[in-house]
Amino acid sequence: MATYVNIEPTQNLEPFKGVKKLPLEEYFTSGHRTCQGCESALVMKMMVKAAGPRTIVLGSTGCMYVANTTYYSTSWVVPWMHTQLGSSGSAALGTAAGLKALMRKGKIKNEPINVIAFCGDGGGADMGLGAISATLTHPDYNCLILMYDNESYANTDIQLSGSTPWGANTTFSTPGPAKRIMHHRWKKNMAGMMAAGHPTCRYVATICMSYGLHGMNSIRKALTIGGPTFIHSLDPCPKGWDYDPIQSHELGELAVNTGVWPLYEVEDGVLRLTGRTQQIADKRIPRQPVRDYLLRQGRFAHFTDDDIDYFQSKVDEMWHKWLIPGAIPFHKEIEADNPPA
Amino acid sequence: MAQMVETLEQQHKTDETALITGSEAIAVACKLADVDVITAYPIRPYDTVMQYVSKLVSHGELDCEYIVAEGEHSQFEIVKHASAVGARVFCGSSGVGWMYAMEALTVTPALRIPMVAMVGNRALDDPGAFGVEHNDALTVRDLGWMLVWVDTAQEALDTALIAYRVAEDRRIFLPCAISCDGAFLTHSQALVKIPAQEKVNEFLPRYNRGDLLLHPDNPITVAPQVNEDWVMEIRRQNYAAMERTTAVIKEAYADFERIFGRSYGNPFFEEYMTEDADIVLMGMGTLSIPMKVAIRQMRKEGKKIGFVRLRWFRPFPAEALAKSLGRFKAVGVVDRDYSFGSPYMSGVVTHEVRTALYSAPGPKPPVLCFICGLGGREVTLPDITRMTESVYQAAEGKAQPLTQWIGLRE
Ligand SMILES: Cc1ncc(C[n+]2csc(CCOP(=O)(O)OP(=O)(O)O)c2C)c(N)n1
Ligand code: SF4
Ligand SMILES: [Mg+2]
Repeated sequence: MATYVNIEPTQNLEPFKGVKKLPLEEYFTSGHRTCQGCESALVMKMMVKAAGPRTIVLGSTGCMYVANTTYYSTSWVVPWMHTQLGSSGSAALGTAAGLKALMRKGKIKNEPINVIAFCGDGGGADMGLGAISATLTHPDYNCLILMYDNESYANTDIQLSGSTPWGANTTFSTPGPAKRIMHHRWKKNMAGMMAAGHPTCRYVATICMSYGLHGMNSIRKALTIGGPTFIHSLDPCPKGWDYDPIQSHELGELAVNTGVWPLYEVEDGVLRLTGRTQQIADKRIPRQPVRDYLLRQGRFAHFTDDDIDYFQSKVDEMWHKWLIPGAIPFHKEIEADNPPA
Repeated sequence: MAQMVETLEQQHKTDETALITGSEAIAVACKLADVDVITAYPIRPYDTVMQYVSKLVSHGELDCEYIVAEGEHSQFEIVKHASAVGARVFCGSSGVGWMYAMEALTVTPALRIPMVAMVGNRALDDPGAFGVEHNDALTVRDLGWMLVWVDTAQEALDTALIAYRVAEDRRIFLPCAISCDGAFLTHSQALVKIPAQEKVNEFLPRYNRGDLLLHPDNPITVAPQVNEDWVMEIRRQNYAAMERTTAVIKEAYADFERIFGRSYGNPFFEEYMTEDADIVLMGMGTLSIPMKVAIRQMRKEGKKIGFVRLRWFRPFPAEALAKSLGRFKAVGVVDRDYSFGSPYMSGVVTHEVRTALYSAPGPKPPVLCFICGLGGREVTLPDITRMTESVYQAAEGKAQPLTQWIGLRE
């Protein structure tokens, strides 16, 4: 059969075999001014460590732009360019297309160059959704879109986004005596939506840098497999989530272990639960109650027991009722139906 | 189209003539300029250019990444990023499509991206109207875009080549939008000389992003957070680049004449029957067509009237234009745009002309504004007669309204 996808080779980035095997070189170094305990900054560091030096990074507006690229003290060792808040998809596509045209036409050396565009949850799951979606339908361009999800518009002072958890206190949803729960929308299922909605996209994954090696190897797989790919990273944010910065790593673990943040990958249409999520699903470790996770964060400090129960029931639903736990939120009608009397 | 493709095959060495529309002429320019990345999104009337581009690509005539985007914002962002890694790019839009891309249009000159775009000028919604108005392209007038209006398919093709040459000059590195009046130019066929590829290659060097190239071999950080510490110095660099455009445009037109053997005279504005004129009308784009007919007619009646067609709106040729307009007793500017609430409620072009004259050393004839031909409404002979009469009155020192709507239903 004819091939309809016209793609150039990618770099072959084998998975790292262990933490001790990681390269020492850093491509995201000092010079940034993110908050103490900022997990998103760690994602940036691990992302380019995983990708290596032959990489171009595009970053949409948000904390990882504003705090990372102060003029004359950029923390980026690899070439880096700002893109607009909703443009991560277009930045990835345009950069990949430019390189591809120039290489094909012999105007620059033909070699695989990683193209990574990152965006926050506001830039990705809200404003940039259309452009990311479009890019994931273009099979001919090698690029990765990484959405670092600190669960708010953090840079503008912590406002709720479509990715902010139910009930969270943000500067646009502060609880008051008349309305305790100002934000009653459930978090978008971004990775599931990207995987289900873009059948020719070869790789979608969720990560959390509390599990660094897992995250980095997902990034390497996404860059190696070819075509446009998408990774959704959950990043504890001490400022927005309101906790002591020392707990960032632990909060990431709690998000996974309470089942709030399932780790999985969809590779060529095959879904695989990964890491601790796989172990929970296999009942090798218990799924912790969400209370342990919520009460560690000031943004949920106004929650009553009822609120926590509601939150727990929604997470349980995700694990027990979703067609594919954590990934695809459809229910099988047949199971829910009562038998005819 | 097939015919066009055939002619293109033989044209490498010799100029050819083809009967094509303004949109098609721009598509041919993209082929001649060997553009690397083109993005499309449908909106009338500019979209015809992308229909031709798509055929050039499918016929193997144009080797580029041709991407149909999911909206104009992405359309312009994609090429912006392709240009940053060294690709020659082309894009375009019309009316509200151009407005939808506004954020991308804002950052493109700020990033010193030498994008060339076509604006098929169209009325902004609402209410719906497909026809020409210039408010779309004019919205970017303060941002660092070079803006040029053309009035024939030939000029569209030639100006596209000139636009690449100027935009990609390292002294400039600013984007350029070529405005083509919707329908009157985008959809009207005319005989066009298609220059030989070899001549184009001589005229238009390869785009070299140089020190600003985003590539692992040149690992720079582009558009960092600068705040009040540096933003003024960086804006000032854009100011300086725009200041240099006048000289670089002149150079490009001179080289164009040398290599292609055709001349546009003064690159910035065209004067028609102005040598002995008492008064002039002026405007941009295809307005020139009814204007020239009307002027020939009125000249037969003994009225000494001329027409000035402004080609380059950015950079605005203030000094040269003021000097030229100072020769006349009164000037009537025909605005195919509006600027509600602006001084005297005049149109955008009028304001620029008045500003240019105010600070110029020479005589300052009165400048009347005529808002006319909006939404593609025809500018008729009676319309032009009315405007002329009013300008004559002003020339005689009789007070006239500074802004008049012409061709309006009574
Ligand atoms: C078009 C546009 N609208 C609004 C803004 C203001 N803005 C700057 S950063 C930011 C927050 C982005 O949030 P997110 O993408 O989640 O990144 P984070 O700041 O959380 O890292 C916003 C809203 C902008 N830069 N551009
Ligand atoms: S607000 Fe959150 S995401 Fe932003 S720098 Fe601070 S910790 Fe990082
Ligand atoms: Mg965020």
